[in-house]
Amino acid sequence: MTGPLRLERRLDTPKWLKLTVPLVSIVLAAIIVGILLAATGHNPFSTYHQMYSASVTADGALTSTFVYATPMLFTGLCAAFAFRMRTFNIGGEGQLYMGAVGASAIGLVLGDWPRPLLIVAMVVGGALAGMLWACIPGLLRAYLRTNEILTSLMLNYVAGFFMYYLIYDSTSYWRDLTTPGATVFPTGKTLGANATWPGITIGSFTLPMGFVLGIGLAVGLLLLIRGTRYGFEMRIMGDSPQAANYAGIRTKRKIVSVMAISGGIAGIAGSSQIGDFGHVLDPRGLEQAQYGYTGIVVAALALYNPLAVVLVSLLIGGLTNAGFALEGPSFPTGLVGTMEGIILFTVLGGEILARYRIGLRHRAIAPASVGPAPATEMSS
Amino acid sequence: MNSNIVIAVVVSAIAFGTPLVLAGLGELLAERSGVLNLGVEGMMLMGAVTAFFVSQKTHGSTALVLLLAVLASMGAGVAMALIHAFLSITIRVNQIVSGLAVTIFAGIIGLSSYLGQVWNIGGVAGRHQFNGIDLFGLQNLPIVGPIIFNEDAFVYASWVLVLAVLYYLYRTRPGLYLRAVGENPAAADAMGINVNAYRYTHTLIGGAFAGLGGAYFTLALAPIWTDGLTAGFGWIAIALVIFAFWRPDLLVLGAYLFGVFSALGPTLETRGITVLPSEFYSALPFLMTVIALAAASTSWANRRVGTPASLGIPYTREEG
Repeated sequence: MTGPLRLERRLDTPKWLKLTVPLVSIVLAAIIVGILLAATGHNPFSTYHQMYSASVTADGALTSTFVYATPMLFTGLCAAFAFRMRTFNIGGEGQLYMGAVGASAIGLVLGDWPRPLLIVAMVVGGALAGMLWACIPGLLRAYLRTNEILTSLMLNYVAGFFMYYLIYDSTSYWRDLTTPGATVFPTGKTLGANATWPGITIGSFTLPMGFVLGIGLAVGLLLLIRGTRYGFEMRIMGDSPQAANYAGIRTKRKIVSVMAISGGIAGIAGSSQIGDFGHVLDPRGLEQAQYGYTGIVVAALALYNPLAVVLVSLLIGGLTNAGFALEGPSFPTGLVGTMEGIILFTVLGGEILARYRIGLRHRAIAPASVGPAPATEMSS
Repeated sequence: MNSNIVIAVVVSAIAFGTPLVLAGLGELLAERSGVLNLGVEGMMLMGAVTAFFVSQKTHGSTALVLLLAVLASMGAGVAMALIHAFLSITIRVNQIVSGLAVTIFAGIIGLSSYLGQVWNIGGVAGRHQFNGIDLFGLQNLPIVGPIIFNEDAFVYASWVLVLAVLYYLYRTRPGLYLRAVGENPAAADAMGINVNAYRYTHTLIGGAFAGLGGAYFTLALAPIWTDGLTAGFGWIAIALVIFAFWRPDLLVLGAYLFGVFSALGPTLETRGITVLPSEFYSALPFLMTVIALAAASTSWANRRVGTPASLGIPYTREEG
């Protein structure tokens, strides 16, 4: 079947293995990336050292690591929550765009509101926009059983083009048409000072408000999953949709609600992009950042645990920060995604292997199999 | 004049549809064996970048260079598919997550972009490309001339591949076994079919096809390399397999239909016809995919669907 390797499910994974496997996986990934670096003519040790300094120790490096980690925290939670419920929302990218569109509209329209109220309104506005966008694949999934992976992904592209249309190809409310320069090089309207989210500054380090909000959301999600009837029913649905049906759980509404919550979280990522960092709807910047897709990486590496998402978002945020800081001939942008991919491969593989005992295939095991064919034929 | 526009749209639809035909056929074969591969977009980008690299850096006659480039793109696709096959078949990682990981690894900010930089091939025009062939000297026939008798070798090859896959699936013993593996791996195993060998083989063939689909971009459609140039075609190819109900014949029709959606905007724009904003035309293939997927999942269509019953489920004999 699988050649000479034989996998046997462990009844329970020992604690030491649960901790060592992710660490070993990351070290293994670092070695593989090191080989790739060396093969393309870079010194892996100095590259790693530069990356560490660019994401942690250099002047302002930690602050900008948090700038990248904040949206990834939200999109990571978006994917982690949905994937855990076996609803594969990979539309975080588009839901983030729509959240940014919604939050910037509110920031512009209600610009003279008191600051705290306006900030709340922006968060809610972004969340609602992301939620509505995610409801399209959610409703299709629940009532027609349409594959939500593909529909949510397709809508990322649609949301992206919508955003481009608003700024580059129309005289929309979002676009700045006041200066002659802005008609030649289209940009969005910049939000007022009231719409700027406050950060927590300690010395030279600034913690964005969005990141604090994200930690709050992560705790809330964990409580929702572990401590409520809703979460319990969701987990049953994730493990066995049939059992959930027999138990009388309204699975259709649940699927829509998972998508809505997940999309709402991605929408807040968009709010935070506007309120914390950009203060303007910038389609090109949002698209190049690919935060929605990176959220899937974050969620998978965190094994879909909301609290682990907080830590992993910092790891991947640091990697991305280093990528942008070092961008140039010796550190092409593509290296960031390549590293993310390799870490994913080793962690995903390691996580599964931790759940199985691995051994060489013994002939004696074969009679336990279902098929009557001799084992020698199967283990090619 | 109007018929000219229609012909132009059809010709360009075939061009845009060809990578969809190729990548879609590959995904169809993998899914028929029970393996869902969401890595198509990444595999196509790897095919595109390797093909372009080989076509730029190899010296020789155009035909030889293009042949080597095509082979290289298939190799790149197979290499990516091998990662997915190992993760999802051998060590049983969730196929959805594993496929997404391949797309992120190889995708727009991943290995394909990295290699494009390392090989220094970005932003320069291609030295070699596939051009239209005057097949049987009939390219000047009205209407069918430009559509059928003036395509490039890649398009003709894709037509041959469609027929080959149709024949393989429905008229050969391995094709029958493949369908059995996808529908009921336990029964296939009991018959003495090596389930995982079938899954590996067809996932890898799927990778080669996706690589070819990517190569079509850099060797024929627009011979230049930019990051992420497949622009979601890999995803549309996966969706195509679903609403073609896992049938190669319907897949071709679907691919050219989506070729029309992709071709509409550029064709109208070059002729100065701008009724709707260009973003609408760019979004059109993706919007239509959502609509087509929804339509394919209505109860009317569901009775006709041929979803392989074991799609997405790893096969283990011990755990049934």
